[in-house]
Amino acid sequence: MDLDLPLIWALLIAAAVFLYVVLDGFDLGLGILFPTARSATERDVMMNSVAPVWDGNETWLVLGGGGLYAVFPLAYAILMPALYAPIFAMLFGLVFRGVVFEFRFKSSEQRRWIWDIAFFLGSLTAALAQGVILGAIVQGIAVEGRAYAGGWLDWLTPFSVMTGVAVVIGYALLGATWLVWKCEGPMQDHFRGLALTLMFAMLAMIGIVSLWTPALDPAIAARWFEMPQILYTAPVPLMVLGLAVVLFRSLNGTRDALPFLASLALFLVTFAGLGISLYPNIVPPTITIWEAAAPDSSLAFLLAGAAVLIPMILAYSAYAYWIFRGKVRPGEGYH
Amino acid sequence: MEFSAVDLARFQFAFTVSFHIIFPSFTIGLASFLMVLEGLWLASGRDVYLRLFKYWMKIFAVAFGMGVVSGIVMTYQFGTNWSVFSDKTGPVLGPLMGYEVLSAFFLEAGFLGIMLFGLTRVGPRLHFAATCMVAFGTALSGFWILSVNSWMQTPAGFSINEVGQFVPENWFEIVFNPSFPYRFVHMMLAAYLTTAFVVGAVGAWHLLKDRSSDAARVMFSMAMWMAALVTPLQIVAGDMHGLNTLEHQPAKIAAMEGHFEGEEGAPLILFGVPDMEAGETRYQVAIPKLGSLILTHSLDGRVPGLNDFPPEDRPNATIVFFSFRVMVGIGFAMLGIGLLSLYLRAKGRLYDTPLFHKLALAMGPTGFIAVLAGWITTEVGRQPFTVYGLLRTSDSISPVDAPAVATSLLVFIVVYFIVFGIGTFYMLRSMAAPPDSGDADLGGEPTRAAGVTPAFAYRDKTTPSPAE
Repeated sequence: MDLDLPLIWALLIAAAVFLYVVLDGFDLGLGILFPTARSATERDVMMNSVAPVWDGNETWLVLGGGGLYAVFPLAYAILMPALYAPIFAMLFGLVFRGVVFEFRFKSSEQRRWIWDIAFFLGSLTAALAQGVILGAIVQGIAVEGRAYAGGWLDWLTPFSVMTGVAVVIGYALLGATWLVWKCEGPMQDHFRGLALTLMFAMLAMIGIVSLWTPALDPAIAARWFEMPQILYTAPVPLMVLGLAVVLFRSLNGTRDALPFLASLALFLVTFAGLGISLYPNIVPPTITIWEAAAPDSSLAFLLAGAAVLIPMILAYSAYAYWIFRGKVRPGEGYH
Repeated sequence: MEFSAVDLARFQFAFTVSFHIIFPSFTIGLASFLMVLEGLWLASGRDVYLRLFKYWMKIFAVAFGMGVVSGIVMTYQFGTNWSVFSDKTGPVLGPLMGYEVLSAFFLEAGFLGIMLFGLTRVGPRLHFAATCMVAFGTALSGFWILSVNSWMQTPAGFSINEVGQFVPENWFEIVFNPSFPYRFVHMMLAAYLTTAFVVGAVGAWHLLKDRSSDAARVMFSMAMWMAALVTPLQIVAGDMHGLNTLEHQPAKIAAMEGHFEGEEGAPLILFGVPDMEAGETRYQVAIPKLGSLILTHSLDGRVPGLNDFPPEDRPNATIVFFSFRVMVGIGFAMLGIGLLSLYLRAKGRLYDTPLFHKLALAMGPTGFIAVLAGWITTEVGRQPFTVYGLLRTSDSISPVDAPAVATSLLVFIVVYFIVFGIGTFYMLRSMAAPPDSGDADLGGEPTRAAGVTPAFAYRDKTTPSPAE
């Protein structure tokens, strides 16, 4: 039996990127929501709710980048120069966001505001840049031979700015619903209210992306609006609506974990919708996953390890979350 | 002077990787040190080991965080600035980095949270297991990334396909390429020594302030054992690494030695100024025949000279010659400290010789300098190739304009100096705090008397412990 290794790897990389988006999504979302916290104690609780796990969450981004280099080197070699500025903006944002976890508690109380601002701006920049990168990929990349052929500002369009804003809002929703899960009392009520607002903003952005993306490319439009493909793609918008109802009701009720889980599911469905629009291209609109793939010997060598190691990673990552389960209370942390 | 995109991209890579390597060199060693401390605490029950563990863990957390964020930059910089290199080497080097992420990065990151925050949640034994996983992860990460680097120096186990990519033929030969075992051992020992000299300097600092501090004595003693035992091993490993380089990258050796003319019975040039334009090393201070003796283990062995190679294939001897001497000089200074510590220990004066403590304090940062000098030697010595002999640096670059590279470089310089400067300040402040109090890095707070906090009931500072 011949395995379609490029396809398997495309699914694995997509899974890694998805895990990164939702896991670091709520970390970055917290940072985006940092200015809405009403006291220093609330900010401490926010940070401590992710401090033990953020590093593991961010590692999925390293797997996304490293995996792309390993299995789709051509895509990596074209996308990185094409997305030069937003990639570096993301990296700088992540540098600031990441060090704040340690620096904030080491600085004196009087100077802590500097790190609060760094955490907010770092998270916001990283989220915005990731959204812009997404938009820039979806709208297409100019390629000539085996190299990027566009200018160094091609990524900047109204569409990519819009997707940037969409991702910021989406991450903020994940962050707010995470806090609903991990906090209690007035702080939980505060973020429950914010999450409701963010939910409507997120649904509006999903609507705009869903109409704008097909307008970019008739081939994408055909997948979503023409028979018979519509029979396969119609469940996506229907699931978005269903999840919106679940999210709305859970935010108005007293459930703690459900809003976060419903937000995750909402991300999963929209991510799948994105996959439907782009498949089988990895560098739209010209390069497919099979054209960009490394030889099968490379893909098989890494797949053998991934088959053993990824289940282990999922197991011990889940274990780490399990250890730090439950509500976060003020004053916890090792600092 | 106009810089090309290649110059700027090279400088950017050198800058970001130099900053990055400082942190793993420290965290690889520190993770193992923490593992040993916690193991000793569990085995002996002595409170001083737990205090030292907590003391160094806080420093480790800052260093590790900076290593993570500066490392993510590296993952993406291959593609942004060196896209042709990425396209061509991806099939061979990508999977090795993939293994690094899957087997090492996740392991470190997954268990780091438990190590930093989980002692009261999982109990000491599971916590020790988490510390071991972090230590193992840091070492495993070194294994893979040094395999990648070594393959760029001594490529093996590959062929070249119709679009010019290196493609794998034999994974064992790729991973265990000719220079890898030497480079791996040399770098791991360097990481341990770097950490040992930092720990030794911190121990010395606190001994100078308070000679009776048991925590200072324990860390100083442990660090001096490392200096005495590991430095000789490192010198042997370095020599073997050098012989391996002579076999596979003779031009690099010629540059390191400052030899322009290949000759039999070559001298060892102790000092000089290699002049690439003139093709000679000026102002030489040399010992006859010793160069051949060291490199070929024979007085009349032939050693290569840079003039044996076409001018366009020569690495820059002016840089490599000096960086190599800085590294070797520090190595022998470390050996001197190690031997002196053995002498003082035998005399029973290890903790009572302030002059020696001052010396050890001064040696604190030298491990980092040696690591940087060593990497400059091996990386500049690999030039003008990214994949030695096969892919030129000038052919590896992305189609990105010089202004874009210059802009990102400038931002890197500003951001790194601010962020890592502050991080280093916080680490130094933690190191300056006495190791005998429970709250090691909060100088303004009331300190606990040493030894009264029961180990198993030790909790966060905000929770009063029964002993207070």
